[in-house]
Amino acid sequence: MPTHSEILNATPIAADAVVAQARSMFDQGYRLVTMSVVDLGDGNVDIFYHYDLDNEMTHFRLTHPKDQPVPSISPVYFAALLVENESRDHFNLKFDGLVLDFNRTLYLDDEITSTISAPFCKISTIQKKD
Amino acid sequence: MSRTIIPFGPQHPVLPEPLHLKLVVEDETIVEAVPALGYVHRGLETLASIRDYNQMVYIVERVCGICSCIHAMCYCQGLETMMNVEVPSRAKYLRVIWSELHRIHSHLLWLGLFADGFGFESLFMQFWKIRERVMDINEATAGNRVVISVNVVGGVRRDLDKTQQRWILDELDKLEKELRQLMKTMLDDYTVKKRTVGVGVLTAQQALQLGAVGPTLRGSGVAQDARQLGYAAFDELDFEPVTSPEGDSWARSKVRFMETLQSMDIVRQAISRLPDTELAAKVPGKPTGEVVCRVEQPRGELLYYLKGNGSKNMERVRIRTPTFANIPPLLAMLPGAQLADVPIAALTIDPCISCTER
Repeated sequence: MPTHSEILNATPIAADAVVAQARSMFDQGYRLVTMSVVDLGDGNVDIFYHYDLDNEMTHFRLTHPKDQPVPSISPVYFAALLVENESRDHFNLKFDGLVLDFNRTLYLDDEITSTISAPFCKISTIQKKD
Repeated sequence: MSRTIIPFGPQHPVLPEPLHLKLVVEDETIVEAVPALGYVHRGLETLASIRDYNQMVYIVERVCGICSCIHAMCYCQGLETMMNVEVPSRAKYLRVIWSELHRIHSHLLWLGLFADGFGFESLFMQFWKIRERVMDINEATAGNRVVISVNVVGGVRRDLDKTQQRWILDELDKLEKELRQLMKTMLDDYTVKKRTVGVGVLTAQQALQLGAVGPTLRGSGVAQDARQLGYAAFDELDFEPVTSPEGDSWARSKVRFMETLQSMDIVRQAISRLPDTELAAKVPGKPTGEVVCRVEQPRGELLYYLKGNGSKNMERVRIRTPTFANIPPLLAMLPGAQLADVPIAALTIDPCISCTER
């Protein structure tokens, strides 16, 4: 039953199955809603692939080392090019096969790519403990 | 034929916000369009790591300068699911009322800008004259015109008394009458149709494959609207997605025009059924877990992915705004179009770059 708000129940997926899965979803008529990236803090990231068919969502979770290239699904879903480039800016993730690679300049200026390591935006404040 | 690259934006008379397109043209025909972003990126998602999850309600309201209330509602609904909070019925209906008022003023803003885009100044002024009265309703009922801050995790912070309800209904009757007087000009005028019919065509298949949302998707004949998911009180209100099958700029403007009228009807329904309950529920504990939440912004489906780790800060707030989803469809609309049609086609996705870059 479609719902507007759900506790995330994502199917784990391996890196080498991401593109084939995307192709299968594309052929079934799924719309790529977006991808979400979460830095797990242990050198890995969670990459979620959110798909929709008739308002019902399906999610996949890829847990992947940050320093290894992620297979791009942009050759299947052209719309993925923006979110993959955004993830490159935000998390310094590299995507293999990206149809249009801004090389970390989707949001950032050219010179920043050579001077700052990701994440490019660091915030430090003094916080009270809980 | 030789090709030339023409820059479109980031500063352009039809764009209220900075979007840059590199247009590859042969003579005056667009062959390819490549986007360039990054002029207003603010890092708002990152702020979640240092702001209390309640403070984030005010931050997400500032993601968009037009539909602030709907961002806050989506974020709050996600947290309410995560923390298993049952929102009182009256709060759900009030959320519908304020979010639909936002849709009305957002669409009226766009209709005015669109009219301005094809050079119809007096039509632009008429739409914005009507819009001002909707802004007055926001200000009178919530204390501000755009960033109204009515949503809190667990419900809403403001109520509408009987006098305000009657005044809103009276105003909507007058606004609808004035808006209907503009319908023939907007949708049937010869010069308007010459600029919009057949411009920036997107088929239903292209729209779905490229991830289009909102009026951009529905203007290609696909009846999909996140309000069908029944968030807030939409599951108790009569509502059908507005569609138009043509897939061109005219169809997208028609969808927005008709949705403005439909939103007025939804506000009337919500006021007539407003239950008498509390405005907000107590919210116990701190957020833990992962949630995905969707609502329908004026520009289309908005998605929040939220991850809480039991502390007062969210571990991750990920926001996918509708304009972000509608940029790839825009890139597909432009090839084959004439250079003079680019401003019109670009406007028809109702680009909100503030949202897109966050």
